[in-house]
Amino acid sequence: MPLNIKIALAGEGGQGVQSVAEILTEAAYRAGHQALYIPNFGVEQRGGVSVAFVQVSEQPVSAPKFTTGDIVVALSYRAVERVKQYTGAATTLVYDASLEEEVREVYGDQPRKLAVPALEIAQKEMHPRVFNVIILGVLVGLTGFLKQQEVKEALERQFGHKFARDPSLRDLNYRALERGYQLGSRRGAK
Amino acid sequence: MALAAQPQMPRVWRAETKPHKFCPGCGHGIILKALGEAIDALGIQERTIFGCDIGCSLLSWDFFNLDTIQTHHGRTTPVLVGIKRVRPELVVVSYMGDGGAYAIGAQHLVSSAVRNDLVTIIVVNNTQYGMTGGQMAPTTLPGQKTETTPYGRDVKLTGRPILGPELVAAVAPPGAYVARGSIANVVQLKNFIQKGLLNQIEGRGIAFIEALSACPTNWRTNAAETWRFIEKEMAAYFPTGELRTPGEAKNGQAGEGTPGAPEH
Amino acid sequence: MAAKPIEGEQRAFMTGNEVVAWAALAAGADIMYGYPITPQNEIMHYWTRMAPRYDRGFLQTEDEISAGFTTVGGVLAGKRAFTATAGPGNVLMQEAMSMAEMMRLPTVVVVTQRGGPSTATVIYSQQELNLTCFGGNGEGLRIVYSTSSHQDLFNYTIKAFNTAWKYRFPTFVLGDGYQSKMREPVTIYDPATRGIVMEECRPMVGLPGIAGIDREPAHLRNTYNLEDELYDRLTASIKDYQAMIPEVVEWEACAVDDDEILVIAHGVVSRAARAAVDSLREAGIKAGYFRPITLRPFPEEALQPLAARAQRILVVESAHGQLERQVRASLYGLETPVSGYLRPGMGITPEEIIGAVQQTLRS
Repeated sequence: MPLNIKIALAGEGGQGVQSVAEILTEAAYRAGHQALYIPNFGVEQRGGVSVAFVQVSEQPVSAPKFTTGDIVVALSYRAVERVKQYTGAATTLVYDASLEEEVREVYGDQPRKLAVPALEIAQKEMHPRVFNVIILGVLVGLTGFLKQQEVKEALERQFGHKFARDPSLRDLNYRALERGYQLGSRRGAK
Repeated sequence: MALAAQPQMPRVWRAETKPHKFCPGCGHGIILKALGEAIDALGIQERTIFGCDIGCSLLSWDFFNLDTIQTHHGRTTPVLVGIKRVRPELVVVSYMGDGGAYAIGAQHLVSSAVRNDLVTIIVVNNTQYGMTGGQMAPTTLPGQKTETTPYGRDVKLTGRPILGPELVAAVAPPGAYVARGSIANVVQLKNFIQKGLLNQIEGRGIAFIEALSACPTNWRTNAAETWRFIEKEMAAYFPTGELRTPGEAKNGQAGEGTPGAPEH
Repeated sequence: MAAKPIEGEQRAFMTGNEVVAWAALAAGADIMYGYPITPQNEIMHYWTRMAPRYDRGFLQTEDEISAGFTTVGGVLAGKRAFTATAGPGNVLMQEAMSMAEMMRLPTVVVVTQRGGPSTATVIYSQQELNLTCFGGNGEGLRIVYSTSSHQDLFNYTIKAFNTAWKYRFPTFVLGDGYQSKMREPVTIYDPATRGIVMEECRPMVGLPGIAGIDREPAHLRNTYNLEDELYDRLTASIKDYQAMIPEVVEWEACAVDDDEILVIAHGVVSRAARAAVDSLREAGIKAGYFRPITLRPFPEEALQPLAARAQRILVVESAHGQLERQVRASLYGLETPVSGYLRPGMGITPEEIIGAVQQTLRS
């Protein structure tokens, strides 16, 4: 099956949803894939849920947005509700494990689900800031179209100036990526 | 046989388009003569661009031996600002009526004043819209009869006449030149226009000159009544003189060298 | 002399607004005049960051009326000047563009369509087709390029300057909020490396010599005293415009040799239409694809034989019949039934178009 994947990510402003989308598509583009990413913005976003639409494919991407995602990621209470419209029977719903109750309420018996304890890991084991990098790792693991090294290079391009000031941040981000990757690829292997 | 009393035209006037198209007794010809003489005196014909608005001012589109653009109602200043930003060596003159300056183009006037755009704006104040047949303008005097105020301007319903130079003087930064002249004092008016052109040439800031003018056609006045209206009624409401000269501090405010003041 | 903004060519992954700023730099645009409106803003943001490095200018005006008229001033002075706007800003922009149309001024405006009418959404739409093609109080003597991708945005922004300066009609690049905000791969290049020669920009005022002595003055006007004067002026412009059409009209088509249904779309929707036609062909349905690239002038001569050959026509657009009206006008007298999949202000996916085609064929 040729690569053709659609991902919708949603969260609160500040959760880093757009950064994940940008890093993921930029890395995909550099790895030689076709990639397209579009955020929601302006009045649509102010005070609302931040949504990113990502598509990676072997063929040039057609429409910038899509009706149903292959993977839909919900990272906040409001996001769970917001992304329902992009979720179909074949969609894998990825969400933070803390949202279990809301997901059950809104999605009932959605067949493909992946709860990721990213908030908990970030807060207890790492740093709240790398929450979105854990999610990035999950997506890399789940989709399998990028090598970890390619993602690390994309992280370097995005955060290199911060890493330069504080090299320990690089290690922190790599660990977050690795941790997410394990969570995602374990599921992907199933 | 040469006419002994042939009036002297400014050199920058275009003889082929004279006599001009303004009504008998109109003030435009006097103001454009003052402008022509100022351009002659400064020797800037070669690099002056003349822009005229909609309304009677548009009749000046072929008035001068100057590259000229007749624009839209109220939009002359933006067009000339657009030119000046890419061709700073040119001297740009934005010529319009009170409607173009204070009503439909007011946002451009205020914004150019705030930016201290290097443009010389000349506004002809004849207290009504001439070209369209004499409707109320922002400058119509209280009680004055026009086609849209047939019983006289009621300031409770339509506000009081705008004081254009006072407005520009209030918002323009140091370096601006602001004055109000009148066709009743041509020597002074020419002097104001010349200083206004010089202000732009020397890069100090915006120059704004309002000229009190006459419209006997729409005022339906004879010569004596026309002059009485300009010299008495208009002058009483619109005092002539210089409101801002470059370098001076605004009233009670800091002058040049303060944050936000343009560098020279 | 500042260095070239782009040496040779470079691959990039960036937003459409950034692409436009790079294209304007590469085309040698001298100045941008602009007023903030979403989703156009980042064109100004990128331009204001990069322009000073290459001695290019910028002026933030008090509104779109002023942005339009300062752009008019810039081109009168003989400079490659442009602006960008959207939605309600495009409405205000029309006043200056109508003057550009009358006076044959080579203005370039990039339009990033958003929802309408009124303030509507800042997101996306194709509802500014009528306005951009025919927004003035005249016949719409303009050139409008409808882009579908970042590569188009780059190519046609450069081309817009050349078309404008060559033919002296106001020229528009009609994008949309999706193209503005999305990131996708693009190749940006120095036009010279592709053999593209930028049209010379000649000033219309501020000419050398003393007017009236060394030369005639340039007396430029848009007001005429007599009906005949205006008629003569417009007749000359319309003649020029019609002579220009074969040289500037652009379109693309595929799978139109044996199609039962011809899908017509422009802009970003044409991508979905193309993908839908590919899928339909794989499924054995004889669908064809036509995309006008210039919406003004509209490629009616190219469309007519294709439309005559097809059994049905489906117009797909993120507006309610603006493209469809152009299509119907072009095909007047032809009996091929035309229907529309019309979604004002909404994005359109290939799946939706496939569904619409299937439904049309069933009906």
